[in-house]
Amino acid sequence: MEPQPVVVKGLRKSFGEQQVLKGIDLSVNKGEILAVLGKSGTGKSVLLRLLIGLAKPDSGSICIRGQETVDLQMNQLNEMRLKVGFLFQEGALYDSMTIAENVAFPLRRHTKMSDAERSEKVRSLLNSVGLDKDLEKMPGSISGGMRKRVGLARALALDPEILLFDEPTAGLDPITAAEIGKLIQKQREERNVTSIVVTHDMHAAHHFSDRLVMLKEGQILLTGSFDDFQKSKDPFVAQFLSDAA
Amino acid sequence: MATSVSTPIPQASPAIRPADFVTATLEWFGELGVFCVNVAKAMFSLPFEWSEFVHQVDAAGSKSLPLVALAGSATGVVLSLQSRASLVRFGAKGMLPTMLVFSIIKEMGPIITALVASGRIGAGIGAELGSMKVTEQIDAMEASAVNPYKYLAATRILACIVVLPLLTLAADACGILMGWVANTLTEPISLQYFINTGMNGVSFSDFLPPTIKTAIFGLIMGTVSCFQGMRTTGGTEGVGRSATSSVVLSSLFIILADVLLVRLILVFFPT
Repeated sequence: MEPQPVVVKGLRKSFGEQQVLKGIDLSVNKGEILAVLGKSGTGKSVLLRLLIGLAKPDSGSICIRGQETVDLQMNQLNEMRLKVGFLFQEGALYDSMTIAENVAFPLRRHTKMSDAERSEKVRSLLNSVGLDKDLEKMPGSISGGMRKRVGLARALALDPEILLFDEPTAGLDPITAAEIGKLIQKQREERNVTSIVVTHDMHAAHHFSDRLVMLKEGQILLTGSFDDFQKSKDPFVAQFLSDAA
Repeated sequence: MATSVSTPIPQASPAIRPADFVTATLEWFGELGVFCVNVAKAMFSLPFEWSEFVHQVDAAGSKSLPLVALAGSATGVVLSLQSRASLVRFGAKGMLPTMLVFSIIKEMGPIITALVASGRIGAGIGAELGSMKVTEQIDAMEASAVNPYKYLAATRILACIVVLPLLTLAADACGILMGWVANTLTEPISLQYFINTGMNGVSFSDFLPPTIKTAIFGLIMGTVSCFQGMRTTGGTEGVGRSATSSVVLSSLFIILADVLLVRLILVFFPT
């Protein structure tokens, strides 16, 4: 039986005196799109950084594709990272490179593609996010929505099995936010990619996710479908839903 | 591997207690030590990042050449003008070319080059890596399974080590040439005579160790600037702080290292 793509147990993380995550238990099924919701500063982004190994937890376990990753050596951690794509909040594009070079960067580093094959792959990836006409533009000259789409194309370059999204719709107009949501769903439909989407946008999460998780003060307050959230009597969840409406 | 470190830059401010300053300074050196170990491991692991290294040599070298040449030229002119009057007073006017050449190749060329380069290259590295840090580009690189110590830091540090001696040679040449020009405007002599007189008595041990020591200045400048850049926090204000601290700390450590290196050169290459 294939292991679950992501399993997290008892995850704790502090920064100095501040306890950000206070024992998170979470599992995500193959092909599932999980939205992690919560107010700013509740540890949503920290959770993603722990999953990709950009920070180490104080305690707890993280299994990615059945492999415990907390104490991995750097080369093993990098092997795991090749199977996980990460879309940063502002795209985190390399501003000294063109859009095409940004998307080609992981391909140049981790594949033995010829220049022609790489160019074709880059064009195909940018085409999939609707940006195949802007190959030579610099990141500084494109909009926030375009930067996120380029970031998504770069995250998809190595055909990851798991995608992590940090606030993919933050700061975007509703139409662009919906387009990003559709791109997330498209990955699941075409390649059965598992996605974890950190967001505070309940409306967007409702449209593209299968399951929602609500974080409050470093702990999971509620997990379930959008209907479960609507039925919840918890005042925090109710307020979150009413404010999002 | 997390590239983020958070200890603030130690600054002697009246608001900071001496004990806190000492603690922050020790923590800074500790983090610098960890950074150096990570970079050393990355530097000696294959494959080497040749294309990025060449790009950094070009960025650090060719773009700093005009500034370093100008600084070297100005040093030569000033040395020539200032020394001439003194040497005339002591009846040693004929020693001017020798004095100028020795001064420039043994100390003025290397230290002026290192300080000018730390202002231009060091600030550039601090600001560039700082900007990459606060916009999560370094995290994105790490998340893409690319070691930022190898790709960003090791290439820049090695580029500084290679480029500083070459820039020093350029500064030395410009300084000697412009020293001759300044001298000739007062008392015309041929360039060939000036150089022959100046180089008379200059040996291998006079020339090579001071030039090679700039490779160590490059190591200091590259390491401090990359470290300051990669530990940047606090948005654009933090980037500014990193650029400034890269220059200040590089210059400070270069001057301190110069004292030590001059002493070592005198021990191993006695005149």
